[in-house]
Order: sequence, then C-alpha cells, then structure tokens
Amino acid sequence: MNLKPEPLVYELSSPGRIAVSLPERDVNATPIPASLARTDLPLPELDELTVVRHFTRLSQKNYSIDTHFYPLGSCTMKYNPKVNEQTASLSGWRNSHPLAGDEFSQGSIELIHRLQETLREIGGFEAVSLQPAAGAHGELSGVFMIRAWHQARGDVKRRKMLIPDSAHGTNPASCTMAGLAAVTIPSDAEGGVDLAALRAALDDTVAGIMITNPNTLGLFDPNIEEIARLVHEAGGLVYGDGANMNALTGVFKPGEAGIDVMHFNLHKTFSTPHGGGGPGAGMVGAGSKLKDFLPGPLAVLESGTYRMRMPSKSIGRMKSFYGNFGVLVRAYTYVRMLGAAGLRRLAENAVLNANYLKVLIEGTYPVKYPRRCMHEFVAMGDIAEGVHTLDVAKRLIDYGFHPPTIYFPLIVSEALMIEPTETEDKDTLDEFAEALLKIAEEAKSHPDLLHAAPSTTPIGRLDEVAAARNPVLCYRG
Amino acid sequence: MTIDKNARYRTSHEYARREGASIVTGISDHAQDSLGDIVFVELPAVGKVLKQGEAFGVVESVKAASDLYMPLSGTITEVNAALQGDPALINKDPYGAGWMIKFAPANAAEWDGLLDAAAYEKEAGKE
Amino acid sequence: MPFIANSDADRAAMLARIGVSSVEELFGDIPEARRFPKLDLGEPLAELEVTREIESMAAKNLSASACAWFLGAGAYNHFIPAVVPALASRGEFLTAYTPYQPEVSQGTLQAIFEYQSMAAALLGMEVVNASHYDGATALAEAVLMAYNNGGGRRRILLPADLHPEYKEVIRTYFAAFDTKIEEYTGEPGKATLDDATCCLVAAYPDFSGEIHDLKAAADAAHAAGALFIVHADPIMCAVLKSPGELGADIVTAEGQALGNAMNYGGPFLGMMGVSSKLVRKLPGRIAGEARDHEGRRGFVLTLTAREQHIRREKAVSNICSNQGLVMLQTCIYLAAMGKTGLRTVAELCWNKAHYAASRIAALPGFKVETGNFFKEFTVRTPVPAGSLAEKLSRRGVVPGLPLSRYYPSRDRELLVCVTEMNTKAQIDLLVESLKEAAK
Repeated sequence: MNLKPEPLVYELSSPGRIAVSLPERDVNATPIPASLARTDLPLPELDELTVVRHFTRLSQKNYSIDTHFYPLGSCTMKYNPKVNEQTASLSGWRNSHPLAGDEFSQGSIELIHRLQETLREIGGFEAVSLQPAAGAHGELSGVFMIRAWHQARGDVKRRKMLIPDSAHGTNPASCTMAGLAAVTIPSDAEGGVDLAALRAALDDTVAGIMITNPNTLGLFDPNIEEIARLVHEAGGLVYGDGANMNALTGVFKPGEAGIDVMHFNLHKTFSTPHGGGGPGAGMVGAGSKLKDFLPGPLAVLESGTYRMRMPSKSIGRMKSFYGNFGVLVRAYTYVRMLGAAGLRRLAENAVLNANYLKVLIEGTYPVKYPRRCMHEFVAMGDIAEGVHTLDVAKRLIDYGFHPPTIYFPLIVSEALMIEPTETEDKDTLDEFAEALLKIAEEAKSHPDLLHAAPSTTPIGRLDEVAAARNPVLCYRG
Repeated sequence: MTIDKNARYRTSHEYARREGASIVTGISDHAQDSLGDIVFVELPAVGKVLKQGEAFGVVESVKAASDLYMPLSGTITEVNAALQGDPALINKDPYGAGWMIKFAPANAAEWDGLLDAAAYEKEAGKE
Repeated sequence: MPFIANSDADRAAMLARIGVSSVEELFGDIPEARRFPKLDLGEPLAELEVTREIESMAAKNLSASACAWFLGAGAYNHFIPAVVPALASRGEFLTAYTPYQPEVSQGTLQAIFEYQSMAAALLGMEVVNASHYDGATALAEAVLMAYNNGGGRRRILLPADLHPEYKEVIRTYFAAFDTKIEEYTGEPGKATLDDATCCLVAAYPDFSGEIHDLKAAADAAHAAGALFIVHADPIMCAVLKSPGELGADIVTAEGQALGNAMNYGGPFLGMMGVSSKLVRKLPGRIAGEARDHEGRRGFVLTLTAREQHIRREKAVSNICSNQGLVMLQTCIYLAAMGKTGLRTVAELCWNKAHYAASRIAALPGFKVETGNFFKEFTVRTPVPAGSLAEKLSRRGVVPGLPLSRYYPSRDRELLVCVTEMNTKAQIDLLVESLKEAAK
C-alpha cells in the first residue's frame, strides 16, 4: 500500500501545463457569441507524467481482488479474468454506435442474443432482457413488470409487496419507486421465510413477494416452491433477487421453481469487475406470465438477421440504448469459457469454500443459524468484552485482508458476513481463518490493538460524524 | 437513560411537554443514545398543520435515519433553528437545548393517550 | 478448470474437514427434483477459442474508426487520450468494490472526490454525486427528486425536443405515479408554468442541436416556485456558460463524451449536480472530506442516510451499483485535458461543426434548420434521409441520424454531429457525398 499522502489534482496544478496533444484547427474559426460564452473554466492544469503518477499512486491506496482476499458477503468478489478485459476492449465494440442501425451492428446484437439465450437457460426462464444497468435497476424493472401485469388485468388494488426482513435495502427502495408499499415478513427460526406470517399477510391487495434465495444469511430456503405456490394462489407474483446466484449456477433453475421474474448481477455471478462501485449489469429473466412485459429492446433473430425489438407489452426503456454492453461482453466471455460443466463447478466450489471457512471459525465467531450454508454465511463479531464487529473488521486489514461485509443483514446483531467465492484456494482460506482466530485471542489479551486498528493504512479511522455534519464535497481552493 | 418526568411520550420515542398553551417536542434520551451522534435534522415549516402520528421531520446519524412523528395534532409555531448548525445539541440535551418543535395542539384530549414517564421508561427498557 | 483454484486433493481435504463425503451433500436444501438440472449450453472453450469467437463477432460491426463518422444523437465519437484506459484499467481500481472501508479504499474515494470537484466546476454546480447509469436515468432521477420534494405539485414540463429515448425512460420511471407529464415546444422560458408545476426541464442543447435561453427559463421556473432542471452537453459546457451560472437547480449530463468509448451504448456515465440546498435530497453516492484521529485528510462516503442500505423504503432512490469505473475514466480525462485541453476540444467541435454546417447549407436542396448550435445540427435533405444515410454508410461515410428513426413523418431530416475527430478532409467528403447522393 502507498502510505504517502497524495495531493488532490487541484493541488498539483500549475498554470500553463497540459497533458494532452490535440490537432491544430484545420477549418476557419467561427467566433463564439459573447452572450453564450463562458469566461472561466476552473479545471486543473497538469502535465502527462503528473497525471500518470497521481492516479497510479491513488490506485496503490486501494485493496482490490487483484491484490488482496476480499471476502465481502453478498458482493461476490471473485477473480475477474483478464481475458474479459481483452475481449471487451476490441475496437469493433468500442467504436460501435448504438444508433448505427441494426444492419451495421450485427456483431453487437448477435452477442446480446447469445448472452440472452445463455442466461435464459441458466435461470430456466422464457425470455431475458439485458437492458438494466445494475442489480437494483433490474429489481426496479421486475417490480414495474409485476405492477404492469396486475394493471393489465384491471387488478388495480394490489399495492403491497411482501419483503422478508433479511432482504437488501434495494428491495423496499425499488418498491417505493414503483409506487408499491413494502410490507416486511419476518424470518423463522431456521432463517427462512416464516410461512405462518406469509399466509397471514397474503390477501387480494398483495402484488407479490420479493425473495432472495439463498437469502442474505447464505441459507437456501427449502420452502421456495411452497412460498411461490401460496403467493400465486393469492393472486400475487414472485420476484427473485438473484444477487446470490453464485450458489446456484448449474444447481437450480429459479424459473422452473415458480419464480416469475428475476434479476442476475452480471458483476457478481458472471465475473465482470466491480470497478470501485460499477458499472454492473442487471439482466432480468421472466417466465410465461411476464415475458411480454420485459424492458426492451431485446435481441431477436429474424430470418438470418439480428434485430433489436420491443416486447409486445413492454414496461418500456429503463435506460437509453441497450444496457451496459461492455459489461455484457465480459460476462459472455466468462460463460463461454466455463460452459455447462464449469458453471456447476463454480457453484460447487463457492459453496464448498464457504462451508469450509465456516467450519474453521464458527467455534470462535458464532453463527446464528448453524445450518449448512450456501455460498456465504453470517457470523458475529462481538467476541470479547468491549470488542465489536467493526474492530475485528478493521484489525483484519492489518493482517492484509479486506474485511467481510459488516452489520448486514440487519437481523443479525454484530453481523460479519463472509463470502469467499469459488476462485479462492484452500491456502488463502486457511490463512484468513488463522488471522480471524488470532484476532479473537488479541480481543481478549490486547483489545487496544483492535480498537486502534488499522495501523498499516494511509489513514486511520475517519471521523464520519464530523464529515456528515459539515460536508465538504468539493475542492474549495 | 434519563427521563423527563414532566413529559409524555410516544412509543416511537418522541416526547411532548406542555409549555403554557403550546407543546414542546423532541426525542427522548433513549432515542438519541440508540441513534448515536446525530448529524442532521430536518424540521417542518412554521405554520404547517399536522395530525397526530404524521411525520414532522427526519433525524439522521451516520448509520441510521428515523422519521419523527407528531405526538399530538397541531400547528407548528416554532422550530429550533439552532439544530441546523449544531445537531449535537440533541445528543447533549435532548429535553432542553435539543428540543425540535413547538406547536399549538388541535385536540388537547390526545394528551391523555400518550405514555407517561413511568410507562415510557418500561417500554424503552424492553428494547 | 480455469478460475477455480482448488485441486481435487484440496477438495477432498475440505470435505473431510466439513464432515461430508461429497460436495453434492452440501446442496441438501435444494428440492431434490430440481437439483442439478441439465444445462443445455456448449462445452467449455479455451481462452484462445473464445477470443477468436468474439473477435469474429466484433468485426461484423461498422466501426467509427474505419469511417468518416458524423453520427451522435446521445452517443459521441470523441478523442480518448491513452492515459485514460491505461490508468483506469489498473487492477487496483478495476477489481475493487464500492469503497465502504475507507482505510483501504482511499484511491477510489479520492478519485470520486476529484471527479465531483471537476464535474461541479464544469457544470457550474455546488455538489455532484458519484454517478448514475447514464444521462437518461440521471435525468429521470432528477425529475423524481423534483416531484418528491415538490410539496404535492404533480405537473412535469419536458421539452418536446428532448432525446426520444430519454422521454421514454422518464415515462417508464413515472408509470406508477399520478403525474401530468407535459411537453412544450420552442423556448423553455415561454413554457406555461403554474403552481402545480414541480419542475421545468430544458435540454442544453435540445435533441435537434438548438441552444435555448436558459436564463429566462430559470427565472420563469423560479417565479412559479418550480425547480429548473437542465440536461447539458458537458463538452459544450467548457466553452459556453454553465447551466449553474444560468440558474439551474439540478443539472444532469451524459458523461460518455468525457473519455469513454461509445461501446454500442454502454456503459455510459450519468452525471448529476445540484445546488447546495438540495444536497440531502440528492440520490446516489457522495464522497466527502474527513479527518482521522491524527488529523490526516482522507475521504469517505458521506450523507449515507439518504441511501437504500440505511433508509430502505424511504430512501431517495434505490440506486446501489453505479458507473464507478466510467466515472474514474472521466475523472482521469478531465485531469488530463484540464483547463486548456477541454476548451480546445470544445472549440474544435464548435469550429468544425460550423464549417460543416456552412458548407452543407450551400448545397442545393439542403437546408440547416438549427439556429444556435454547438456540435450537432439538423439538416433538411432533398431526398429521404434514411436511404441517404444507408447508402453513404455503406461507403464509409456515416452522415448522421435520420430523424425518421424516431419520428417516421420526419423523413427528410438528418441530425449531423461534428467533433474534434472529424478532419476537414472528412467534412469535405461528407459534403461531396451528400451532394452526389441527392442528385
């Protein structure tokens, strides 16, 4: 890690410097009318080497998958193959324009079509749209689709969406954006959906349920088909949040088990890089009831020519053009390299790694629902008097590991949510478990080490309260 | 946890205290403690008419945000402007300098439906 | 098997430690009848094989690098300095997650803060967030912000001449709400505002390329108690007055042009800036400055109580993943271009577009319909623009967007875009080709 403070681009600026060379003007000048013209453009002035060193040094202040084990629960931080970057940066993609016309974009539409078909098969759906730009965007599409389906049937009173208490925050937030009220369903003692509470909540005002399976506890709800049956019986539809599909490729097809519409995160399951926050891609798949409502356009093959077409009852466009195409190329590269056998092998190893790690640490870091887990599990980090999950997380940094997800899901206090993914080997898991066990000893013998952690980073814990009370959100000179 | 014995409470942790004809409202010491360091509070415009149980504002810490509910129906007559610059007043002195709104109650009978200090203390202790 | 590290020996040791005899046993919670379905997909391909397959697909596209390219309409062919992909593709940036652990994410966080600072300067706004999916969704969320904070005002005024796909996205986003979305034509300052209007939206420039008087529109919106939202061309903002200077409350922009390839329409960059009074209502992630206990400066995601992971159904938006890496590319682009470079790019666009327009206007049968424009303008063609564009595209001259793509009745209009990428020789070729094709 680069521990040296790095100035801001504005602090490195010096008048008269420039980091680019641009061609001379080769046409007559047309003056810009003074009434329209801007007088000052307060951007920095840097030379090229300064730009290169600045951003290189900044990059060295990050932990990343390429440099560190990054077991963030619910984020699926698996290795992002380098070949993905190569295939996505081909000139034929980078220089293709979304409005060139279908006949001039046959390569792009063919790739979209092939990926649609592949994901359709993996999920067991009838049709797939690759329009949504992220998981939450896919969720929003799915909730819009459920709403539109009820509306199309004239069933306008269904304004409630049931959401288990272990769900991601995006689920209820998506409902609000679709004009539906989120109603929380509690978890049962096994960490699954409480069926009695579900039955009690189901009536003719329920639009559907949003279910994440495996859920955020890393547990597969074995009642999934019963849940779908109950919701369908009450006239509702079932939304599947595919954030945790990494446990299920080649293992279970949600579309065949009663899930009417579902999103997958291509940036989780299908190895496209997270890029420090995005871009993602949130493909949506749908079964027979909802396939005509998918956001569009979709790629279709019509007598030998690929075309982009809107589904007949589409909810419309969710963004301009056709989704995060560059991300789609990466995901396509990955699924082609894995094939059917590799996809199952992926899920098997993701689940194997999580169960192995769980066994190594659960004696010290209690797991609230001690069932066999899927691709991740939730332990608890308050392992000694006065020590909290946050302290364990920060101390892990000093051991060279990115911390797991902490304080989520909300239904487990002091949650430490760990997802190793299939791309890590046994040695890394052993080292990580060893560090966690050592930290547990420190928590008793030298708790100050935990409270002061991290000590090996460019900065220590930041005063987030002061930052939020008096926000400084821009360089102020 | 301190309790203002002269105030009444909602289970959602707002207190109501009579000051002459008007009511002063803020959040309890228990509430500020569980929210943690408060970084921002959003309060209504003076003159706004709100029903009992309706949200009158929002209070935010770094890790949580919570709606604030009217303990009784009424018309807002004053808001604590000092909280915009110094929301920490809510942590330091929730019943005093950290008050949030004053309002003219529309239905005095609603007072009787609120929890008294002893009942609230018992309620908050359950959490 | 690529990308899976454990050997068979590792797996055996791990299964033994867990206390099961096979990996299948770990899947006991999956309903048995549904467990391990057949996947009707091809065999695994080697890296070499998949690369060949994808290369052959990519080669089927018409590439802007092989043509004289005058098509824009929301996706723009601009110069990308080599430093942008070289630095943004570093694994430490590329393979990091959202910077929720600030001590090990200062690289990403400082870059977000620098982007926010430079984008705010460019757009003339006080605060900019860390990105939306694209310009269209940024604008839809801006309108949503105005609606949610409009005290019950339900009327939304959009320019009729807004990018048609942006209008579609706004309509998708508002399907569930009881709003009145109306369209005005011509000058935004002359739109009919009333006390039910929550926002007036203006495009700067509009879809046809026309630059309108924003100052008058801002004054009119504010007089009616509505918010003024501007969707702007960010490169144009380098030389023309910024939307903030002209009175915008919320500014959105498509940041693709700032250092990002066209990529068949994505990933792009939704930019959004607001005046400081709206900062607590702003959707998306925001980085802020902070200090540690030793007083060292660092950066952290702040004002997070607005967001879905804390406020759930009451969050200002459901956005979680954003366009982080695209934002980083734009950050590096703005730093590399700087004050002089970005102005030069914008001036080249302006001068070349005006040269092209004057030459096309002189062609018999052609007419330039746009008055004040920056890099894009509408041309009336003497023959149907759709067939004209197809004919020229086959010869390597992509003349622009036939408006019939969105408006079938407007079959003799062509939206032409000229950037710093177009040489005088290419512009002259376009003019000659148009002349010949119209014969």
